[in-house]
Amino acid sequence: MESLYAITTGVLTACGLYLTLRARTFPVVVGLTLLSYAVNLFLFSMGGLTTDGATLIDGPGQYADPLPQALVLTAIVIGFAMTAFVVILAMRARSEAGNDHVDGRKHEDGEERR
Amino acid sequence: MMSHLIVLPVVLPLVAGALLLYSRQGATRVKRLVGVGATALLVLVGIALVARAAGGEVTYYALGDWQPPFGIVLVLDRLSALMVLLTAVLALGAVVFACAGDDERGSNFHGLFQWQLVGINGAFLTGDLFNLFVFFEVLLLASYALLLHGGGKARIMASVHYVVLNLAGSSLFLIAVGILYGATGTLNMADMAVRLGELPAEREGLVVAGALMLLVVFGLKAAILPLYFWLPRAYASAPAPVAALFAIMTKVGIYAILRVYSLVFGEAAGPLADLEQGWVWWLSLATLAIAGVGTLAARDLRLLVAYLVLVSVGTLLAGIGMGSPAAVSALLYYLIHTTLITGGLFLLAELIGVQRGKAGTRLVKGRPLRQGGRLAMLFLVGAVAVAGLPPLSGALGKALLLAAAEEGQRPWLWPVLLLTGLAAMVALSRAGSTLFWRSQGEPSGRPLSPHQWFGVTWLLGAAPLLVVLAGPLADYTDATADQLARPAAVIQALIPEEGDAP
Repeated sequence: MESLYAITTGVLTACGLYLTLRARTFPVVVGLTLLSYAVNLFLFSMGGLTTDGATLIDGPGQYADPLPQALVLTAIVIGFAMTAFVVILAMRARSEAGNDHVDGRKHEDGEERR
Repeated sequence: MMSHLIVLPVVLPLVAGALLLYSRQGATRVKRLVGVGATALLVLVGIALVARAAGGEVTYYALGDWQPPFGIVLVLDRLSALMVLLTAVLALGAVVFACAGDDERGSNFHGLFQWQLVGINGAFLTGDLFNLFVFFEVLLLASYALLLHGGGKARIMASVHYVVLNLAGSSLFLIAVGILYGATGTLNMADMAVRLGELPAEREGLVVAGALMLLVVFGLKAAILPLYFWLPRAYASAPAPVAALFAIMTKVGIYAILRVYSLVFGEAAGPLADLEQGWVWWLSLATLAIAGVGTLAARDLRLLVAYLVLVSVGTLLAGIGMGSPAAVSALLYYLIHTTLITGGLFLLAELIGVQRGKAGTRLVKGRPLRQGGRLAMLFLVGAVAVAGLPPLSGALGKALLLAAAEEGQRPWLWPVLLLTGLAAMVALSRAGSTLFWRSQGEPSGRPLSPHQWFGVTWLLGAAPLLVVLAGPLADYTDATADQLARPAAVIQALIPEEGDAP
């Protein structure tokens, strides 16, 4: 399970990073969202992965670390609010600048001009 | 009441902000009254906190009475008390200035302003790494909205960069916090310092990775060299009172570097102690050099002030890079000076822009200013202080910092810092002569309101005041640096039964 988890987090991070570095606001927003998913998964694993454990401390038996769960919950809420904000901001930027380039440039230079 | 004093800098603006959001627009007088009243109260709270911390005792406030290291704590020591007071003083100038009309250009200015203060004060007080992240987010969210206050294309485009960069920074922050939690099993900074002392060797690499990632995040907030590109544009396009408040935002990053690396990665961390120092030292010098070039290249007064903020960031980080208590003491003095003066200069730039009509703050020939004499005097005070010329506070701060440099550091720090000062001086004198002397036509603009005069004078008045009070202030910063150099006292105060936590 550990390797599957690690690969998932890694792929999400890679995709998120790639998209964040794009020049249009929409891929950037999607990239940031993917990145925050990856971060949430990563945080979740930091207490160690436990299967079939109690959610909270339940006697001397096996239990899952409750703190990362609380952290992830906080991170999800904040990440969600931030995504909502950045979507609105991207739309405002689109209407103000007349295009969806992150720098608000009208004409692309380089190979993106078609 | 006294025992709850520590939490007041967070709760007071939070409540005020919630009250202010009650009506989105209208009720201007009431809102201004509440906003200014809450900020003035915050100054009093700040003074009370400094008075309490000055004795050297480290006190903490356990939220919900969950004792450290399990609950979230707010920790009050000399450094955090000083930063809270500084924030409040700066905010008072900015909020009074905003009452002249800037607050009505958009909705919810005062509410967001108070919430920004919640985030800043919380970040200064918290003793918990994840809680630090939460307060960073609070202050960032408020700052996104404040940066957009009033709208306009330049602001929106600058905001896109600022928001995206900071969101990426937040992700990195979470990863770093996650790594450190995974490696040490705690989020409380004092507890983490203890655990790092007994860290198994195979986890060392993990902790180093986490610690350096944190440095990247704090560097992004503080605007250190490769991560500063968002700053000039965002600060230059922000509304004046917001830009003035933002003067403390880079200092939040600097505070975080100072706090985390002195407490968590202090002397107790063994081989991991001071792992940030080499990075910070060289990058700060590079930041200084680039910022000096930036001041010379700026064609707009607001952009020039934004680069001066960058100069101050480089100077402060150089103080951290030196690492000795004398350097930390000097940097704290310089921090007080530079926060208030650059904040004041942002406000002043707005006033000059308003009176020059169409030319605005661009450094081109424009109409003469209606109240040019008074503005020019204030500009002179601000410029002399920020460029570090005697007799004002900048010279004192710089001299302290230069004197604190040790033998091997002098050949690097002295030329860079002094040449940057020269660059700032050249840029400011050129800006001043263009703004006040190269003019033609009839004076334009209307007389400025007393609110605006108060805001600017309140902040720029710090320059002579800091010189007059240099003695007691230096005593306080010396004591603060001493306290930071001995993290064991903080750890002792928070976790008395050090080491045998269950």
